[in-house]
Amino acid sequence: MTALLQVTDLSVAIGALRLLDGVSLSVERGQILGLVGESGSGKSLTATAAMGLLPLIGGRVTGGAVYFDGRDLARMSEAERRGLRGRRIGFVTQNPMTALDPVQRVGEQIDVVSRLHLGLSKAAARARTVDLMTQLRIPEAAAVAEAWPHQLSGGMKQRIVIAMALAGEPDLIIADEPTTALDVTVQAQIIQILGGLVRERGMGLLLITHDMGVVAQVCDRVAVLYAGRLAEDGAVGPIFAAPAHPYTAALIGCIPQDGMAPGSLRGIPGVVPSARAFPSGCRFHPRCARATPDCAAQVPPLAPRGAAGAGRAACLHMLPEAG
Amino acid sequence: MLSYLIRRILMLVPVFLAVSVIIFGILHFIPGDPVDNLLKVGSSPGARAEMEARYGLDRPLPVQYGLWLGKVLQGDLGTAIVARRPVADLIAQALPHSLRLGGLALLFSTVMGVGLGIVAALNRDRWPDRLVMGGVLLGSTLPSFWLGLILMLVFSVWLGWFPVSGARNAAALVLPVLTIGLGGTALVARITRVSMIEAAGRDFVTLLHAKGLSPLRIQLLHVLRHALIPVVTILALRIGWILGGAVTVEVVFARAGLGTLLIKSLGQHDYPVVQACLLMLAMAVMLGTLLGDILQAMMDARVRAAME
Repeated sequence: MTALLQVTDLSVAIGALRLLDGVSLSVERGQILGLVGESGSGKSLTATAAMGLLPLIGGRVTGGAVYFDGRDLARMSEAERRGLRGRRIGFVTQNPMTALDPVQRVGEQIDVVSRLHLGLSKAAARARTVDLMTQLRIPEAAAVAEAWPHQLSGGMKQRIVIAMALAGEPDLIIADEPTTALDVTVQAQIIQILGGLVRERGMGLLLITHDMGVVAQVCDRVAVLYAGRLAEDGAVGPIFAAPAHPYTAALIGCIPQDGMAPGSLRGIPGVVPSARAFPSGCRFHPRCARATPDCAAQVPPLAPRGAAGAGRAACLHMLPEAG
Repeated sequence: MLSYLIRRILMLVPVFLAVSVIIFGILHFIPGDPVDNLLKVGSSPGARAEMEARYGLDRPLPVQYGLWLGKVLQGDLGTAIVARRPVADLIAQALPHSLRLGGLALLFSTVMGVGLGIVAALNRDRWPDRLVMGGVLLGSTLPSFWLGLILMLVFSVWLGWFPVSGARNAAALVLPVLTIGLGGTALVARITRVSMIEAAGRDFVTLLHAKGLSPLRIQLLHVLRHALIPVVTILALRIGWILGGAVTVEVVFARAGLGTLLIKSLGQHDYPVVQACLLMLAMAVMLGTLLGDILQAMMDARVRAAME
């Protein structure tokens, strides 16, 4: 069976900057893939490429390809790609505060998707919209549909954005840090609702986040991106039990745990390098405690991680498997 | 909304009073007075005093102002000193000409300006954009009285397409409308273009693309919709400006209108007429501002929310 979304060896550049370098990942139906990395690692760019919207931000594919349901996006006409967007691929943006058209009632912004892609009448589209909003646990959905965006809270707006993404009955949802801009209390709720709906409907979900805690909570698989390259990928269980890449281990170390001693929450020293000056060899080596001189000289290939079988990591000195 | 409207209209009252003081004051500080125009050369001081008393010009300025304002508020604009006719008659005769000219100029600059702005924004940094922006620069820097003379020279004198002056037929309107409208066209085109480009870069536009809407639909139904909010405000503000701008153009083209009446009366120091004309122009500016605010509120729910 072909994967729903298959990104193979994708490289993307904006101008002279090579921002993505040979990234591969895939999302199956009914599966949630977490795409993780710090800001500037290329997560959002991967999402934009998967939506076929790179030209909008002046980006271009310089290598590799994105396949949706077995079809190469680059070989489709723009009209075909447009037919996928909203219909088969739903998109949830990072910042719900600015994602909605401020001078259009929120219900209409959801209606348009099912009217355009499913050919529903105005009344049928609205009925569907209210139904979706109710499923997203929006109280008094019919009344809220008549509201303007500025009248809603951030959490409500994000539910509207999710309803927009669901309205075309898509096979795949791409959610770019859907909770980053929200209050912590709302974050968990939104993730739960989104994860639940995806599971119920057997859709695929590409969940972009920088929060390993969220990944552990809802994802089946995880892909870790660092400075435009894939650091590690695999099933969530084994990777959380025994990360092979020091960067993955460091990200997991950033999750706060119950009963942690004060001051024991770790960060990762240093910052993600700028695309103008990616380090040689393994791009993580300047921040890596385990780096040796060969890390700066040699680009580590993606290799199967440990004996667990599932998953790969790009590190010359993979961490030993725990336990 | 209604209470906002009432508040907004009440706010115009002090503005109106301030404007009336300024109009009245400035006029009376200009050297010379209408009596000079009425008296025969060599008249006695007694005749002059009698004439001044007849028009109330011998009383202290504040009293004159109070009497004038009181009458104006009752709708009585007074009698023209030199023309010896009710000022209201003179205005009623002149105003339709000015409104026709100004209205057509406003319509012209709206349609042309928004159209050219859209073309420029959709072709950003390509030749149609550069062409439009070049025209905008030209259109916004040429003074209207000079532009009027050049248009007259080219289209009336050389080509003979339109009459040089007057207001006899529709053809006579073309050049004055162009003269006033081109500056507005440039302004509106520039604002439409820049607002569209600004709106197109907003986050929500990305999501519209992600919903699979066609680029044209996004541009016209969403981006333009946003871009028009500032454009409409500017246009409403220009209502007064265009009537005021018509003053010189009316004179250049020797058309009847508020401007011609104003200039003529100014030369004769015919206070009541000048005051009434200036008051009309000031009212047009005030009403334009009010209209702009109302239109903005109608187009943007956020503005309505801010009013509550």
